[in-house]
Amino acid sequence: MADTPTQAVRQEARAPEAPSVREVLEDLTKTTVLKVQDYAKLSYHSILNLATGPRYMQDTVDQMDIIGVGSLPIVLLSGFFIGAVMVLQTGAQFERFGQASLTGDIVSLALVRELGPSITGLLVAGRCSSGIASELGSMQVTEQVDAMRAMGTDPSRKLVTPRVLATLITLPLLTTISVFIGLIGGMVASVLSLRISATTFWERAIKILEFSDIMQGFSKCVVFAFILATVGCYQGLTVRGGTQGVGRATTQAVVVSSVLIIVSDTFLTKLALFLADKLS
Amino acid sequence: MQPSSTSLTATLPVSNQPAIEFQEVRLGFAGHEILRGVTFSAQERETIILLGETGSGKTLLLKLAAGLLRPDDGRIFILGKDVSAMHERDLLEVRRKIGFVFQEGALFDSLTVGENVAYRLHEDRVPEEEIDSRVQEVLRFVELPHTSEMLPSELSGGMRRRVSIARALITRPPIVLYDSPTAGLDPITSQTIISLILRLRDVYGVTALMATHRLQDGFGLAHYHFDPQSKRVLRGAGTEAARPVTHFLVLRDGRIYFEGTPEELMHSKDPYLQRFLI
Repeated sequence: MADTPTQAVRQEARAPEAPSVREVLEDLTKTTVLKVQDYAKLSYHSILNLATGPRYMQDTVDQMDIIGVGSLPIVLLSGFFIGAVMVLQTGAQFERFGQASLTGDIVSLALVRELGPSITGLLVAGRCSSGIASELGSMQVTEQVDAMRAMGTDPSRKLVTPRVLATLITLPLLTTISVFIGLIGGMVASVLSLRISATTFWERAIKILEFSDIMQGFSKCVVFAFILATVGCYQGLTVRGGTQGVGRATTQAVVVSSVLIIVSDTFLTKLALFLADKLS
Repeated sequence: MQPSSTSLTATLPVSNQPAIEFQEVRLGFAGHEILRGVTFSAQERETIILLGETGSGKTLLLKLAAGLLRPDDGRIFILGKDVSAMHERDLLEVRRKIGFVFQEGALFDSLTVGENVAYRLHEDRVPEEEIDSRVQEVLRFVELPHTSEMLPSELSGGMRRRVSIARALITRPPIVLYDSPTAGLDPITSQTIISLILRLRDVYGVTALMATHRLQDGFGLAHYHFDPQSKRVLRGAGTEAARPVTHFLVLRDGRIYFEGTPEELMHSKDPYLQRFLI
């Protein structure tokens, strides 16, 4: 009970009560489910659009240049040093058992199955998922996306599908180049550090690989490419709150796509090993 | 300035059905209803001036008319087609018959002015030679023929609006929606924009819906006309036969507060409407 008019006014001013924990959890769940639903719709349409026209091939080629060619320097540089450092780390252990020649086997398997796709995926996510989110986010806040719709263009076809398709094509190529350069890096490190001949390293690195290893790496590339492109597009097209919102979306795109790449990697590895076991 | 080709001067045929019709349209966000049953219609070649305070829902009405937003309730007809329940794929076709001039222009900042204006023609796979001539034609119409190779960032605010108008009229749409086309512009540039809209109305015969909070923009459209013979903007509403109809709609609290002619608005004793007349 309020004793004075002033206290009564203060109590009235406090009228909107803080939401309960249950209400907060309900809102959070609803928001999350809606976001997942929107993301699923965007991803579904990005692929479905390929079946019908109009198709924006020039935009796809432009995006392949931006995503693929633009990412080449960081992929080459990181690929070389990852291969080299793998040799230095594993070679030291193998040398203790007099099995230094096995270094080529392990580096090759690790690069093709795991490190090539995941490191390239994470690097391209950092560079391109953020780029896509900021570009589409800026278009969203300046009404360019609405202008596109107002002129009879479907933004999903014009903006999303070319980026997804370009990433699906270029990421496997970038990963292949990264693995190849990684093996060269490993070869250089093994020649200089472990005194293994280049021919021995290369022979063992190639011989150990089976079709299932290559398929495992390839399937990961495709999934990672789809994740990083669709997450970038989704974050960009759902920007709210002006330039600050664009910054937030850019950060979110990198964080979400990186986490999803790492999580999906675990499941894909398990699935690939299961299938390889069943089919062999 | 005058239109440079016969294609631009051809006016659109008139039919009896309203070009734009809103029936009890409601729209809200996050539990707050902004439009609470808006009903009005615009006949072909008619110009409707939407007046209202900031946040009264003027832009929302334009976006609803273009099918960029869906109403929570009510129906919207554009050229006889119900766009309120239309699938997005079909809406894209309807939108090709509508020109939309956004408040800040909404030009594609990575494309040149020429590419921005030609955007719809590229989408429609129009031959390059025809695109070039049509782009030059509309850029001359908005008095910016020299800007074709410039980027939007190199233009002033007024020039961006004019390019936006050029982009909206490149396909000669029968309906043009203007979202506060003079907002934030100096009086002289605003006058240029209004005379452009006026010429567009009198040369093309388009149906227009213009959201604004500046009463003088509406009166400019109501009290002046473009004379194709002398190719000048003249005072008066034009000859009886060719007289364009201009109506005012005032939005207040999510509803149509006033609907009438410029004269009715000017002579209204309503205290709220008089605040616009000051």
